[in-house]
Amino acid sequence: MKTDDLISALSADLEPAPKHKVVLRLLTGLGIGIVLSSTLMMTWLGPRPDMMPAMATPMFWMKLIYALSIAAFGFGLVDRLARPGGQGGVWRTLLFLPLAFMIAMALYRYVQAPPERHMAMLLGNSWTVCARNIALLSLPIFAALFWALRDLAPTQLTAAGATAGILAGAVGTFIYAFHCTESAAPFVAIWYTLGMAAMGVLGAILGRFLLRW
Amino acid sequence: MIAQEEELKALMVRSLAGDGAAYAGLLRKLQTHLRAYYLRRLGRAADAEDLLQETLIAMHTRRATYDPTRPFTAWVHAIARYKLIDYFRRTRRRAEEPLDDPDLLFGSEEANAAEAHLDVERLLHTLPAKTQKLIRDVKIEGLSTAEAAAKHGLSESAVKVGVHRGLKSLAGQIGDDT
Repeated sequence: MKTDDLISALSADLEPAPKHKVVLRLLTGLGIGIVLSSTLMMTWLGPRPDMMPAMATPMFWMKLIYALSIAAFGFGLVDRLARPGGQGGVWRTLLFLPLAFMIAMALYRYVQAPPERHMAMLLGNSWTVCARNIALLSLPIFAALFWALRDLAPTQLTAAGATAGILAGAVGTFIYAFHCTESAAPFVAIWYTLGMAAMGVLGAILGRFLLRW
Repeated sequence: MIAQEEELKALMVRSLAGDGAAYAGLLRKLQTHLRAYYLRRLGRAADAEDLLQETLIAMHTRRATYDPTRPFTAWVHAIARYKLIDYFRRTRRRAEEPLDDPDLLFGSEEANAAEAHLDVERLLHTLPAKTQKLIRDVKIEGLSTAEAAAKHGLSESAVKVGVHRGLKSLAGQIGDDT
């Protein structure tokens, strides 16, 4: 086909482009992922039995805020990276702000606590399964986000994949926090973060292959 | 460059609203830049044309990812560059030159062919009308000396002399400019 013919074909019967397509598409993927992942959490793990008293403790909310803030900044960054030439800019820095805050809080709690409490603060009762459970709960969100990104136009595939992975990990962590009974900041700073980071690494690796267009 | 950005962006904004005529105009302008961009990097005209068409289609199907608050030329450049890298990856050829200078897409000499054409026109207008017509017919339209002579009712040698003098005068002007 000649290029002039192609141009005529593309411009004939041109439909107005949908507005806010990138955000809507990402939200759709995220929504599908959240439904799948929440269902998985409720059927496989179930909510923590002490939900009511736990909601009265600050750490219950800290865990949710930690996951939610990373998810929010991750979403902002993915929205940028899903467009050709999109630069992370300030979002890239923001993404690490909750982590820095969590590490500072974990260190403070750790040094304040008596030494005999240290191991419990680091390992809790569930360190062997925490990061793995977060990763498993994040997988449906990860898949749905990648599905959404394939219809968009990321040009830095590794960065876009990594950010989508972190976003999926953060939302998966948010959902997992309704099951997990751990309440030590050092535990959260290590194992929650590890679960999210694992999803980020997975996204970075798969992005180059799965996000091509 | 800035005027170009504004012009192309205005066309893109109208295209996103569904204005097919603006869109056709935009794609025609872009194809000149893109063809030159790919030709310079691939060498083979057929490959460059394939990649150009692929890029136009990709831009078309993903046009909703353009955010009108951001520069349009940067958006086009990112897609052009992405498609080039993707092509190298497919053909397992290594990119040997830096690929990330946006100026290379919109500031190229090949892309300024239209401007060169304007320069020729401007120079031609400095010649007498009759000489102008002769040079246009013989050197641009490609008529033979005999055909031009018949068209203008001159002898063949008069045509030759006219063209020769005209070209000499043009060459002289270019010499003055430099």
